[in-house]
Amino acid sequence: MRLKLLFLSCLLLIFICTSAFTQDEAVVADSLETTAETISPAPATSLTAIDKPDDHGHGIDLSWELSADDGGGLMSVMGYMIYRATSPDGSYEARSGLLLNVTAYSDVGAMNEGENDYMPDYTDYYYKVRALTTDSAVFADSEILGPVQSFGQWFNWKRLSVLLLVAGFLFLTVYFIQKAKGGAKLFVRRLAGIEAVDEAIGRATEMGKPILYVLGLGTAADIATIASYTILSRVAKKVAEYQTGLIVPCYDPIVMAIAQETVKTSYMNAGRADAYNEDMVYFVTNQQFAYVAGVNGVMLRDRPATNIYMGKFYAESLILAETGVAAGSIQIAGTDEISQIPFFVVACDYTLIGEELYAASAYLGKEPLLLGSLKAQDYAKACLIFLAIIGFITLMFGYHGIVDFFHVAG
Amino acid sequence: MKRQVPVLITFIVGTVLILSVFFPPAERLGEDFSIFFDIIAVFAFFLGGGNLLRIHFGKVYQKREDWGFSIVTLCGFAIMMMAGLFKLWNPGGIAADVAAPGSLFQLMYDWIFNPLGASMYSLLAFYVASASYRAFRAKNIDATILLIAAFVILLGRTPLGMYVTSWVPESFSILQIPNLAIWIMVSPNLAGQRAIMIGIALGVVSMSLRLILGVERTYLGVDNE
Repeated sequence: MRLKLLFLSCLLLIFICTSAFTQDEAVVADSLETTAETISPAPATSLTAIDKPDDHGHGIDLSWELSADDGGGLMSVMGYMIYRATSPDGSYEARSGLLLNVTAYSDVGAMNEGENDYMPDYTDYYYKVRALTTDSAVFADSEILGPVQSFGQWFNWKRLSVLLLVAGFLFLTVYFIQKAKGGAKLFVRRLAGIEAVDEAIGRATEMGKPILYVLGLGTAADIATIASYTILSRVAKKVAEYQTGLIVPCYDPIVMAIAQETVKTSYMNAGRADAYNEDMVYFVTNQQFAYVAGVNGVMLRDRPATNIYMGKFYAESLILAETGVAAGSIQIAGTDEISQIPFFVVACDYTLIGEELYAASAYLGKEPLLLGSLKAQDYAKACLIFLAIIGFITLMFGYHGIVDFFHVAG
Repeated sequence: MKRQVPVLITFIVGTVLILSVFFPPAERLGEDFSIFFDIIAVFAFFLGGGNLLRIHFGKVYQKREDWGFSIVTLCGFAIMMMAGLFKLWNPGGIAADVAAPGSLFQLMYDWIFNPLGASMYSLLAFYVASASYRAFRAKNIDATILLIAAFVILLGRTPLGMYVTSWVPESFSILQIPNLAIWIMVSPNLAGQRAIMIGIALGVVSMSLRLILGVERTYLGVDNE
C-alpha cells in the first residue's frame, strides 16, 4: 500500500512539474509576444535635411529630434541609423552605422563617378531615420523626408576670416618688400643662434674638424625642412670658403637629393666647386631610431666641432643633442616642434625657437626682399595681439561676434 | 630657364593649394597634387637605396676608417632586401604579404629591428635625466624659477605631492601641489606655448609666401643675393 502511495505521489509530482514547466514556457512565449508588440519605440521626429554648406557638394546634413523612448519613455531606443533612397518608395540603403545619442549626421559620398559610394549632385534623395532597439526586428522609422539635393559651393564662408588674414598678411608682405626695394632700412632684432653660426664654423676650421648638419626628420614638403635648406646653403658657403669639412646625413631620400644640390651650388658660389664631394650629403635610413644611431655614430667617431640641427625633430632631438654634448661639440638647433624646443634649449648652446627658424634665412642674407617679409610678420603679430585683446574685452562684455567670426570650424 | 621653371611650378602649385582651402571646387586639385608627391616619393626610395650602396661600397673598397661598419650595413641591407623580395620562409609563398607572420622579413623586423629601435628609444630616459641635471641648476633667477616649477610639477604628479599638502584647506586648494602643478601646466606653460605657436604659424605663412612669390630661392640651390 505504501509503495503504491509512493508511486502515485511520484507520478503526481512529475505531472505537476511537467505542467509547471510547460506553463512557464507558454507564459514566457506569451510575454515575449506581448513585449514584441509593446516595445516598438516612438520614432525620431522633426527630421530636416539640407545641402551640406561650404563644401564641394556630394553631402547632405541631417538633423532630427530624439525618439521619445530614447533616454525616457520605454527607454528602449539604443541608437539610430540613416537610410536613403532616390525615390520615396524606392529601396532604402543604410548610410550610417549605429549612431548613439546624436541628433545630427552628415551624409557625405564620394565625388568621383566610378568610385564606391559615389553621390551625384543635383539628384533627388529621400531620407528616413530608423530608431533601433536591442532587438533588430523591433524599430521605428521616422517620416520620409525629401526630395533634397546636394550641390557644391564656390566659397567656404566659414574660412572667410582666415582668407582676410592671409590677404592682409600678403598685402603687408608686398608693401614691405616694395619699401625695402625702395631703399628703406628695416631693423631686425639680433638672432644669437644665427650669429653663432659663423663663430661655430670658425671654431671648426681652427680645430680642423668637420661640421655636422642635421636636417631633421621632416620631408621635403615640410616648411621647416625648406627653411633648413636656406640655412644649410649659407653654412655650406661659409664652410667652402673656410675649407672646412661638412657632413650632412639625411633621413629622407628626397631631402638628400635637394640637400646635395644646395650644398653643391653653395660650393660653386663660393668659388670652390672642386672642393665639393658628393659623399658629404648622404642617405642614412628613414627609420627614426636607426637614423639616430647612425648620426650618433658619426658624432662619436668623427667628433665634429659643431653640430647644427635645423628642421623637424621628434623624440630623437634629445638623444642627438645629448650625444653632441658628450662629444664636446658646439651645438646650434632650431625647430618648429614645440615639444622638442625645451630639449634643444637645455642641451644646445644656441636655439632658434619656432619662427626664428624661418627668419634665419632673411637674417643671414640681409636681403631687402626677405627682410621686408620679416617686417610684415612682425606687423601681423602686432595685429593678432590687438585682435586677441579686442576679443577678450568684447567677451567680457558678453559680445561673441568677434570671437565667433574668427572661429574656424571645418 | 633652369631656375624659372621651378619657381613657376612653385607659384602655380602653391597658389592652387592656398585656393583649395577657401574654394571647395579646387579641393580636388589640392588632393591631386598630394598624390603626385606620393608618386615621386616612391621613386625616391631607389634614390636612397642607391646612395646608401654607393657610399658604403666605396668605403669598403677604399678601406676607409671604420669600413667594418659599412660591411655590417651592407649585409643588413642585402639580407633584409632578399627576405622581403623573395618572401623567404613566408608561409603564404611568393604571392603572400611581405609582412606575413612567420616570414623571415617579419621575424627579423620583430626580433632584431624593433628591439634595436626600442633600445635607442629607451636611452632617452637617461638623456632626460642628464639634461635635467644641467637645466635645473639654480645658476641665476631664470634657472631658479625653472627649477622650482619643475620641482612642483614633478611632485604634483606623484602621490607624495597630495600627501604633503593634503592639510591645506579646501578654500586654498590652489596651493595644494597637484593643483599648483596643473595650474603651471595650463596657465603659464600653455600661454607660452601658444605664443610660440602663433609665431610659428606666422612664420610658416611668411615662408610660404616667400616661396610662392619666388623671393626665397635657396632651396633651388640659388643664392638670393
